[in-house]
Amino acid sequence: MTFIRSARPGPLGLACLSALLLAGCATRPQSLYYWGNFPDQQYAYFKGDKGPEDGIQALEKIREEAKARGQRVPPGFQAHLGLLYGQTGRTDLFEQNLQAEQLQFPESSAYVNFLLKKKAKPQSPDHESK
Amino acid sequence: MKASKSSALRCCLLAATVLLLGGCATQQAYDYSAFREARPASILVLPPLNSSPDINATPSMLSQATLPLAESGYYVFPVALVDETFKQNGLTAAADIHDVPLAKLREIFGADAALYINVKQYGTSYVIISSETRVTAEARLVDLRTGRQLWAGSATASSAEGDNNSGGLVGMLVKAAIRQIVETISSQGHIIAGRTSARLLSAGRPNGILYGPRSPLYQKDGMPAR
Repeated sequence: MTFIRSARPGPLGLACLSALLLAGCATRPQSLYYWGNFPDQQYAYFKGDKGPEDGIQALEKIREEAKARGQRVPPGFQAHLGLLYGQTGRTDLFEQNLQAEQLQFPESSAYVNFLLKKKAKPQSPDHESK
Repeated sequence: MKASKSSALRCCLLAATVLLLGGCATQQAYDYSAFREARPASILVLPPLNSSPDINATPSMLSQATLPLAESGYYVFPVALVDETFKQNGLTAAADIHDVPLAKLREIFGADAALYINVKQYGTSYVIISSETRVTAEARLVDLRTGRQLWAGSATASSAEGDNNSGGLVGMLVKAAIRQIVETISSQGHIIAGRTSARLLSAGRPNGILYGPRSPLYQKDGMPAR
């Protein structure tokens, strides 16, 4: 604790003040969700670095960690997991995870319904009207 | 002699404090009236346009846009699944996706608002004595129910921020050369893009987006000091 014995309180006082002011700016509310490395998983998906199986393993692990900490998984997390399951042919887990997304975030209802309806009656993708 | 040195130091510290404070202060106040009136709860992040030569810019920004928006209190649609939905409808280019009519987006996704991002700069440049990775992006939030623009902003982040140039000129040159190799290999751009995204899309920043309904700070922010 050498700084306490310093003979120059003036600049030090200013330095402390700066630090305090900075701390005031940096205050952040607590995290609403447990993320793990979900953003990196999404990046890896887009880059095609890893197959869906690797992604499923990573995301299930994050879900477990979130549960253990009593935190919620973020928006889109369970839908993304559902997408990965769908790509490995596990339709039941695709639907289950989409429904979990809808339950956690009712804002996703319209989209989840759109996806599940599409899955229920397979047809050629409808063309985008412009 | 000693006294003048001490006062010079004091002066420097004072200047630094003022500068740091300046960073916190709001510039001109953003007009949030449309944003406040619309009260969007869910945001559809569209694949970003990329004006940089690096093809990683779009996936990098897209994968890092969810966190700041979700932590600000919004529901954010699953970006990968949304991208697949566009693909299944024959839309792969971000520019084409940005042209999809708002009503169509609203119909399929049921989102309150869509976020249009444009990555202006993404990458590492070597400029004699310093190599820098910089990511710059702009964004527009548009209400899918009314078509009104609710908010627009831009942000930038650089690997050179807070870099102390010690070790003389030769040391700087060596450091710059090495850093460029390291940055390109470990896709430093992606890390810097995360910083850009956090600055661009976090609520509670000067002229930034407002907090969403899932945040404890919802409707407590962005109030003009009257």
